[in-house]
Formats: sequence, structure tokens, C-alpha cells
Amino acid sequence: MELHSLSISELRNLLLRKEISVMDILSSVYGRIAGVEDKIRAFLTLTEEKAVEMARRAQKMCANPKPVSAAALCGIPLAIKDNMCTKGIRTTCGSKILYNFLPPYESTVTSRLVESGYVLVGKTNLDEFAMGSSTENSGFHITKNPWDLERIPGGSSGGSAAAVAVGECIAALGSDTGGSIRQPAALCGVVGLKPTYGRVSRYGLVAFASSLDQIGPITKNVRDSAILLNVISGHDLFDSTSAPIEVPDFTGSLGREIKGMKIGVPREYFIEGMDKEVEEAVRNSLKKLEGLGAIPVEVTLPHTGYAVATYYIIATSEASSNLARYDGVKYGLRVEGKDLLEMYVNTRSRGFGAEVKRRIMLGTYALSAGYYEAYYRKGQQVRTLIKNDFDRAFREVDLIVTPTSPTAAFRIGEKTDPLQMYLSDIFTISVNLAGLPAISIPCGFTSKHLPIGLQLIGKHFDEESILKVAHAYEQETEWHKRRPPL
Amino acid sequence: MKYEAVIGLEVHAQMLTETKIFCGCVTRFGAEPNTQTCPICIGMPGVLPVLNRRALEFAIKTGLAMNCRISRYSRFARKNYFYPDLPKGYQISQYELPVCENGYVEIVVDGNIRRIGITRIHMEEDAGKNIHEGMGSYSFVDLNRAGVPLMEIVSEPDIRSPREAVEYMKKLRTILRYLGVCDGNMEQGSLRCDANVSVRPIGQKEFGVKTEIKNINSFRFVERALDYEIKRQITVIEDGGRILQETRLWDSVTGITEAMRGKEEAHDYRYFPEPDLVPLMLEEKWIDEIKSTLPELPDAKRERFAEVYRLPEGDADLLVSEKELADWYEVAVKLGGQPKVVANWIMGDLMRLLNAENKTIEECPLKPEQLVGMLKLIDNGTISGKIAKTVFEEMYRTGKDADSVVRQKGLVQISDTRTIEKYIDEVILKHAKEVERFKAGEEKLIGFFVGQVMKLTKGKANPQMVNELLKKKLSSE
Repeated sequence: MELHSLSISELRNLLLRKEISVMDILSSVYGRIAGVEDKIRAFLTLTEEKAVEMARRAQKMCANPKPVSAAALCGIPLAIKDNMCTKGIRTTCGSKILYNFLPPYESTVTSRLVESGYVLVGKTNLDEFAMGSSTENSGFHITKNPWDLERIPGGSSGGSAAAVAVGECIAALGSDTGGSIRQPAALCGVVGLKPTYGRVSRYGLVAFASSLDQIGPITKNVRDSAILLNVISGHDLFDSTSAPIEVPDFTGSLGREIKGMKIGVPREYFIEGMDKEVEEAVRNSLKKLEGLGAIPVEVTLPHTGYAVATYYIIATSEASSNLARYDGVKYGLRVEGKDLLEMYVNTRSRGFGAEVKRRIMLGTYALSAGYYEAYYRKGQQVRTLIKNDFDRAFREVDLIVTPTSPTAAFRIGEKTDPLQMYLSDIFTISVNLAGLPAISIPCGFTSKHLPIGLQLIGKHFDEESILKVAHAYEQETEWHKRRPPL
Repeated sequence: MKYEAVIGLEVHAQMLTETKIFCGCVTRFGAEPNTQTCPICIGMPGVLPVLNRRALEFAIKTGLAMNCRISRYSRFARKNYFYPDLPKGYQISQYELPVCENGYVEIVVDGNIRRIGITRIHMEEDAGKNIHEGMGSYSFVDLNRAGVPLMEIVSEPDIRSPREAVEYMKKLRTILRYLGVCDGNMEQGSLRCDANVSVRPIGQKEFGVKTEIKNINSFRFVERALDYEIKRQITVIEDGGRILQETRLWDSVTGITEAMRGKEEAHDYRYFPEPDLVPLMLEEKWIDEIKSTLPELPDAKRERFAEVYRLPEGDADLLVSEKELADWYEVAVKLGGQPKVVANWIMGDLMRLLNAENKTIEECPLKPEQLVGMLKLIDNGTISGKIAKTVFEEMYRTGKDADSVVRQKGLVQISDTRTIEKYIDEVILKHAKEVERFKAGEEKLIGFFVGQVMKLTKGKANPQMVNELLKKKLSSE
């Protein structure tokens, strides 16, 4: 087996036994990139020079890992979604408006990765400002699904998910506002975890919708997800919305029995028009979990039908404000005009793509005088109802299981109607509105050999339960071991 | 018809915190452009605000001092608009749930106490500054001020005249300075004021249509701008016109207010709760702690001064207008100065000397103990009250104590009977005609003789002794 296809924990064992060096891993990963990146196009920026430098430092660190835990990612090449600021390394957010932006500071998550000895492979492609479900909205290029190059990898963290699936990195970070980690993970056949809102600092994550955004790991298996989550979690003085609560060792919950755990199956998530193969795979997974001693319980989340509408009011409202700073004055693209207003208009017209403009307009409208009550405030009220739905369900069950996405990966260019595209996040959006943790794990393949994802949703700050069940499932199945035929 | 004005003020006060409201940058005034900035206050992608606890403490302190209800639950909101000096494209402010509400301050106008309601006090961040001069066809932006903490103090429409408005502003300034939360400097913009003003016939209950006047940056202009606007509105109404609800800019050069173009003021700020900051939930204990650190406020101090030191209202008012002045006064009194005498020296000679140099009491070169030392010399007869004025000025200029000034300048009072008699004899000899008139019954001439003796002694003779000895001499001759 090539090193690039191994997991963090496998590589760590090899490193500790000194069977391989940090440079060996990096060479393998860059070798893989040289072989497949032309076809996949997962990256916006590759940082090979920087990676070699980081690997050298990591090699020393590995040789002498004083607190072993502090070097949890020693020498592990990771890819970072290009909406997290990396000091001095171009961070575009997939947008032309930031085509030349070099952050003068490091995000909290990547700072923590640095402390753990990681090696930065590069910055991955995304839908512009993380707005999209296919990576087709990138201001630069489209990323392909490694399982079928005619298809999208999902989005918005499509670059990260594709890179992990194909071995262009060992693992990656993505961000999830409405499903942007879980949906691409599902469509690329890898593991994607969106932590509880407030678990991971957002400082340095270029904001799309501040009350929904959360950074999380995209990995080859559940254990790696726990390892990465250990590193990036925890209170940050630079993020007032990060929770000042203790972080457990998430790997500690792996390998435990799940016997007797109650697994909620929401009635509203098994709907007409859902892909039959997806439904079948999810039902089979539930049987598998039942076989492990878990108890399925039907639950109801009655406001599920309002989730997409609510999400597109709240997310776009926040986005319309968050994206106001891209005005051509301080950094990024500037297109001159005869006066200030014209410069603003030219810069933003040229700099933003169609989907971003659409959302800015939607959000601006929803916050406007006379409409605020009917849209934004109403949206917040429904958001509370959706949250209450989950709270009620979680009084009965330990976690909730649903499909991650209603279909497997669709064809590039297939969904031209924005509304149709929005519906591909129908199963993931509620989780963000409620601020809950959720993980997507591989649970089967369609007849066209496309991966299918299973979503496990946990209680607030109970990532341990979903990791435990996901891991137990993974131990019993082989889906996660399949690799794209490239 | 007689009209009355209805005025409400929105006052912006820059807080005297060491660092900005949402980041760690320093707030010092007058630094090189963009040297007091960081990724957070220049609105880099991905940054987040973290509230400066001290700014919140200052706002609560101010609310308590202005009799406000302190909200146990409040939150920040975003005010969205595009401008180059606003790096994020929105200002973090408070909207629906401000930190302080429902307070008041009292002002005295023409001897009457007027209570002016405070609707709310909220926290927000200041914007930067656009620089247009000397840059060709480009403008530049200085973001040193971006993120400096502000309080916006909004009054009820309780103010009825430009004079009341000025008194109200002065009162706010005094309180803010007492608390040490704002330096109150209008010229540097650390205290700014917008006014909402309308007029109505006296007796009418409903408010007239109001205009908002912006850009008022001195106490003098508060009065002038309001005077102008009130007269303008009355003229419009009396000419049969209607007042338009609009924003008007005060131009201190031309002395008029002018309507801003409709487009500039047609703002829809799209306020919504700031998702990057958690709501503020204040603990009772902390509010109590802050309450216990409040200094004695000007109203209470004035009453105490009037009562304990038996000062007339006017004296007490002036002495408490600045905390440092009141402190100076009290130190002098505690050191043994007669309360009214000390007040007179401060309000007279000291203020005159300070004002001449445009100095504040904090910059006063004279210490209270020096004044008291001089007053002792008057009391024990070493110097006369008249000479004291010279001594005082000399102390102020040189920083020396009264003793050494008197010694070095030879200003000791002449209290020796024989010496004074010598001078008296000289005067009597020189002014025989006046002596005749005095003897003929023109007794008020005694003042003339005293004056002559004082002149001869360069003011050093003990005036009381001169008086007595003169009378004795003149009647015995």
C-alpha cells in the first residue's frame, strides 16, 4: 500500500516504529498529487516548498515528542479548505475578489495544527465563500469527484473531500454551514464531521454565516476524525462564540460497545422522491446497527419542512453583512471607477460570482426595513422551533440517524436551478440551525459505484456518542476501505 | 404666535479605555495613520470581535451615574452601510437591547432645576477617518480610530431651549469626566453631538416635525446651531410652509444648517443581532461592585459644598464643575483655609491666571498648600490683603511659597506704629489743604489719606493701623 492512502493512525504507528520518515509520507502524497491532480483539481494552491520546511521541522519533533499528545499530527500532510486563513499563504475563499489575498495572521485551527506538527499540503477548492453544494461555484475551477470524473464532489468542501478520497492528503479540514463537510464527504466516500457549534474556534475562518459556520475534519476513517477533532477543539479567547467547556479525548469513546443505545429514526427524513438506492443503503445500515445491539426508535422532527427556507433566510442575511467588507478599499480585487460608488459597484460586480450575488441580494432583502419582521425575525423563530424538535427527540434517543444526502453525486452541470441545488442539503441543514454535531460515514455504494453517506446526529457537545457509533459501524463494514479507481 | 422648541440630543462619547472595544490595539489620539491597527480592527477576512470588558464597565458606570436601569440582558447588533472608513461594511453597535435605559440628569437653568430624561446609553465602535487633502484624485483612509469604543447617550425630547441644550451637554461632560470614562474634548471629537429639533406653538401637546442636525462640535455651536435651526423652522411655518423630516448639516463657518441630499440620508441600516458576539448577561455582583466605585457626583458634591462650607449656590456650582477643581478646593480648606476665602481666591485670581494661559486646574502650577500658606500670612498680619494679590501672582509664576516670595520681594507688612506715623506725618505735611477740609467736616477724605499712605509705602503698611493712626492724628491736630 502506498503511504498516501493510509490513515493518520496507521502512519503514526509507522513513524513511531521508525519504519518510515516524515519525508517519505510527504513524497508519497506529492507523488500522488503529480499523478492525479490534473484530473481531480482539488487544490487552489499547493504549498510544496512550505510543506518540505514543515516536514523537516516535524521530523525533529517526531524524534523527540516530549508530550506525545502535543505532537498528535507530527509529520502528517493535511489539506486545508481555502477559507481558513494561513499566514502569508494565499487564501482566496474560492473567490476572484480575494484572488491575491495573503492573510497577515493565522487562523486558530491551523495554529493548533502547527503546534501538533502537521504539514500543509495546500489549500483546497470550494464553492465561492462556501456557498454551494457542488464546488461548481468556485471562482477558479471545478473539482471532480474521484469516483466519476464527470460528477461533482459535493460542496462546498469539495476540494478537501476529493483530496482525502484520492490520497492527495492524509486528511483535511473543511467547514460546514449547511452540510458543506458532510455532503461532500458522503459523495466522495470519506468521513466528515461537523462539530457542535462553539466546539471549534472560527477565528480565521472567512465568515459565510457566522451563527452556522463550523470547522471540522474530513478523514479516511472515524478514528482519524477523532484525532483531528482532539487537536482543533476547545475554547479560544479570540472567538466569543467558542464554548468554554472541557474537551474530552475523543478517541477514548472509540471501540466501546453500543449495545442498548437508542437510535432515533426521524419519520420526516425518509421522503418521497428520495433515491431508492440511498434509502436502501441507510435502511441496511440501521439493521447493521440493530445487529450491534442498538435500538432503533422512530422520532418526529415536525418542523423539518421549514429548514431549507429558514436556512436560506438566516444564512443569506448574515452573509450579506459578512461579505460587505469586500469593497475594494483594503485588500483583494479592486476595479477602478470614476468615483467611490462606481468603484464599489465595479469591484463587487466583477469580483463575486452569480451564486454569491444571489445570496447577498436575498439576505439584503430579508434584513430590509419592512421585511425584517416577516423574514429574518420569523426565520429566527422557526430556527428555535427546529432546535426544540431536536431537544424533544433527544429526550428519547441518544443519537439520530439519517441519510446525509438524498442522492449520490450528480453530474457536473446537471443542477442548473438554484432551488434544486439547495435541496441537496435538505438532510444536513437542520443540524446547523440547531447547532448540533453530526458525522457522515460511508454506508454503501450505488449501482454506478458512487458512495453513499450515513449521517449520525448527536446532542450538543456529545460528539463522543456519534463517534462511538460511527466507529462501531465502521468496524463491521468495509465501505470506508474502498478507494476510487484512479 | 409664540413657539417653543423641543430638542433631544444624541451624544457620542469616546471612552477612555487603553485599548479598542473589540481588539487589543491602543487608542492614543494623533498617531501616524494606520499604526494602531490589527487584522481585527481593519476588518480582515475571518477575524472576530471580542468585547473589551473595561468598555462595558465604563458604560455601566455611566448608566449608574445617570440614574439608568442597567439591562441584565443586552446584546450587540450590526448596523450595515458602505463607507471606506468602515472596514467591515458594518458598525457593531447596540440596537434593540442597549446596556442602559431610562435614566436622567438634572440641570439648573435660571435657578430652576430641570430633569432631562436619558432614553438609553449604548456601546458601539467608532469608524476610521477618510483623508482627502493633498492626495491628488485619491482619498486615503486612516483606521487608527476604527474600533475605538464609544457610548451613545440618547436623551428624551425634554430640552426646551438652546441654553438648556448647552447646560445638558455641560452636565454630561462633567459627569463623564468625574467618572473618568471620557475626556470630554469636543475639539478632538471625543465628545460629539447630533440634535433632533422641532418647534410647536406654546400650549400644543403634539410634537412638530423634527429635523436632525449633525456635525456640532463645540459647546458654542450647540447653542448657535440650535438657535439658527429653531428660527429657520419658525420662519418656514409662519410663511405657511412645512418642515421636512430630514438630516441637516451644521456649517460652523457660515453659521447655518443645510439639508443633506436625500440620497445620502436614505439609509436602511438593516440592523440585526451580531452573531459573532454572545448576548451580555450581567451579574448583579459585578454591577454592585461597579456601583461601589462610583465617585461622589457633581450634584451631590455641590449640595455638600453648599451645606458644609456654607457656600453660595453659584460658588458651589463653579467649584464642582470639574472634579479636579473641587478636589483642589477641598484640599485647601482641609489645610485650614477659610471656606469662603479659599473659594474667592479660586474663582477670582486663580481662574483669571489659568484662563489667561488657557490652562486647566490639572495643569495649575500652584498647590493648595501654597494658597493656604499665603492666607496664614494675611491672618497673622505679615502681609496685607492687597499685597497678597501680588504674592499670589508671584507664587503662580515662580512656584515659590508665599514666605519666600514675601521675604525676597520685601513685601512684609509695616505694622510698626512709629514707622507708620512717620509716613502719616509726611502725608499730612504734603496735603495741608485736604487736612483743612477734613477738619471742616469732610470726613470721607479719610480714604484719600489712607490711599496716600499706602502709596507711599508701596502698599505695605497695615491698612487698619494706618486708618486708626490717621484718625487719631487728624483729630488731635
